[in-house]
Amino acid sequence: MIEHTTIAVAMSGGVDSSTVAAMLAHAGDTVVGLTLQLWDQTRLAGRHGIPDAPKAGRCCSLDDVYDARRVAEHLGIPYYVVNQQSRFEQDVVRPFVREYLAGHTPIPCSLCNNHLKFDQLLQTARSIGVDRIATGHYAVNEYDAGRDSGRGRWILKRPADLAKDQTYFLFGLTQQQLARTLFPLGHMTKPEVREIARRHGLALAEKPDSQEICFIPGGDYKQFLTAYLEEQGEQMPETAGELVTAGGIVLGRHEGISNFTVGQRKGLGVSSPSPLYVLQIDPVSRRVTIGADAELATRTLRADRLNWISIPELTEPMRIRAKIRHRHEPAWAMLEPAGEREVVATFDEPQRAVTPGQSAVFYDGDEVVGGGWIV
Amino acid sequence: MRRTYMDANATTPLLPEVVEAMRPYWMEHFGNASSIHLDGQKAHTAVDQARDTIAEFFNCHAAEVVFNSGGTEGDNTAIFGLLHPGDHFITTSIEHSAILQAAKVMGQHGVETTFVDPQPSGLIDPMDILRAIRPETRLISVMLANNETGVRQPVEEIGKIAADTGVFFHIDAVQGAGKVEFDVRRFGCHMLSISAHKMFGPKGVGAMFVRRGTPVEPLLVGGSHERRQRAGTENVPGIVGLGKAAELAMHSLEDGTIGKLTALRDRLETELLRIPGTGLNGTEVDKPVPRVANTTNIWFDQLEGEALVIALDLKGVAVSGGSACHSGATEPSHVLMAMGLDKTRARASIRFSLLKTATDADIGHVLKVLPEAVEHLRAISPVETGTLG
Repeated sequence: MIEHTTIAVAMSGGVDSSTVAAMLAHAGDTVVGLTLQLWDQTRLAGRHGIPDAPKAGRCCSLDDVYDARRVAEHLGIPYYVVNQQSRFEQDVVRPFVREYLAGHTPIPCSLCNNHLKFDQLLQTARSIGVDRIATGHYAVNEYDAGRDSGRGRWILKRPADLAKDQTYFLFGLTQQQLARTLFPLGHMTKPEVREIARRHGLALAEKPDSQEICFIPGGDYKQFLTAYLEEQGEQMPETAGELVTAGGIVLGRHEGISNFTVGQRKGLGVSSPSPLYVLQIDPVSRRVTIGADAELATRTLRADRLNWISIPELTEPMRIRAKIRHRHEPAWAMLEPAGEREVVATFDEPQRAVTPGQSAVFYDGDEVVGGGWIV
Repeated sequence: MRRTYMDANATTPLLPEVVEAMRPYWMEHFGNASSIHLDGQKAHTAVDQARDTIAEFFNCHAAEVVFNSGGTEGDNTAIFGLLHPGDHFITTSIEHSAILQAAKVMGQHGVETTFVDPQPSGLIDPMDILRAIRPETRLISVMLANNETGVRQPVEEIGKIAADTGVFFHIDAVQGAGKVEFDVRRFGCHMLSISAHKMFGPKGVGAMFVRRGTPVEPLLVGGSHERRQRAGTENVPGIVGLGKAAELAMHSLEDGTIGKLTALRDRLETELLRIPGTGLNGTEVDKPVPRVANTTNIWFDQLEGEALVIALDLKGVAVSGGSACHSGATEPSHVLMAMGLDKTRARASIRFSLLKTATDADIGHVLKVLPEAVEHLRAISPVETGTLG
């Protein structure tokens, strides 16, 4: 039988999760390696210029499964690949496509973490008699018995290596999920992780980090949208429309709203003495509003589909710092409940390119207060 | 931890007699069977003896036995070696991928394939094969026993249809070898393929029956090995191992082993079907469906077969659920889907395939750990998800 010291490690085939597996296995824990097979990298190969042979370094490529399996063999731990392709397509890929077609800029990694990865890993772990999972995310989670009027809460905090901070993608974790998840790299830096990988003799210690969306080979999302819709036997919906200024002056026409994201500068097809940026995308009128950099800045954001971590609920205004995209330095704001299920953040300083579809994550010092999706 | 291996249809261990028979051919009698000298002759003798054994096993002439690398090569040879552009090919939708993928390749070379679906019981109806025959049909390929369900196909009747219509007939007998009586004359086939590692022999070696006069082109060309039907230096230790495994298989078919194995499988099956929400794949109401002795395929409602396979593995029981895709993740079995199971039930199905060396204790072990694993999996409700987004 499985004892309670057994931990399932989510192994992506990258250096971070491999190092986690090595650390736990050498610490004497019973470790089971799991890889979620999420997307077949060869599925859209050959369509619309998508390369036949996917590059390495993506979470669902065959090379990465091979790497993860080699690490498990090296460590002498059982290793299994769990097929979650249909759920990934349903919960991550389709919403991603839908959001883009609606003129938004979705974050599939957060969708995946919120809807699939942690839920499924914990479920698979439980089904094989394992209570806890460990991942290679750079984040810290701690239990604070004094929170919530003494009822206690699990807290998610930014990691020691702020350059690798992944808390932005983890704001959707529930208390139950945090309670059963270990982030062993939270107090380490990336160079330290690589050093440990080398010490454990992991062949992939020098493997480069992956940065791109795992199911989009080459990172070209427009190419992906076209190829995916073609595979599904669907047409790219007609979303051509007008390019307008904030004052309503028509500057030209565009080929479809999914070619744009708020803050985008290149490929607008309009010449102007000063640089122009996408300010707003209206999926109904199909109008794309463009203007100067200064017009991109806004003072407020509204978010829905919220999850709270350090607090049970936002009941009164709170001073926080809000992060509105992955590479954004959290900015001071006042956060207030708005209606039943939404919040409004009012920034001290206007913020550039608040983008619907991205998530907004709210920090109190190093702690993640909670987050939601920008509307 | 005690380990019980119930995945014999994936592969089998070598029997000790097989290892012993192979032993001299690694270092002592290492010669090339094509060489003129005495070292070569030693090897050649061993290959010839194995050929005689396989000929006896198949009930054919020694000259009709071609050694190769295994089931995939045999299946591929039958298809690539016999079919030409413009030909029509008939096979079934429940074949091994070595047949299905080869048919797909031939599709790019002007050969059209009809894939005959099984009945819900998993049986191929010979009349469906007959109905699929066209003037340009050149080859029929049907498996002897299905790897997933163990259902034994009516190859004799299909052989008669092939003879009556003048169509070549190949049998993928990989899953039947050593489990059912073998007689290529009675089967009425022109070609038949087996693999050593499914019958307690070594991996990477197999044999093919090719009836004299069958115009099958070799897949591999080069030297004049195997009467120019398969080039490449003979895998002498492997061939010796295959011969020994076939010899032992013939004994097993006669000494009561198969009867004992059937009793063990039936006990396992009966006990597992007592668990609520289960059922047998490869069966029909009021009509016995012939199956090989070692296989049973059971669905367990309200669970993922993939999770059950992993849970059982960690409890020391090796079974299989569906087929592994390139990454090692489980895909629902194409065989069960072809039989009409929906995806959920196909994904909830587990194949138990017993070694012929299985014991009461093996069955006892599975019956001890499996019901509680099933109960545990069913008790787990999905873990709370994060916020909707």
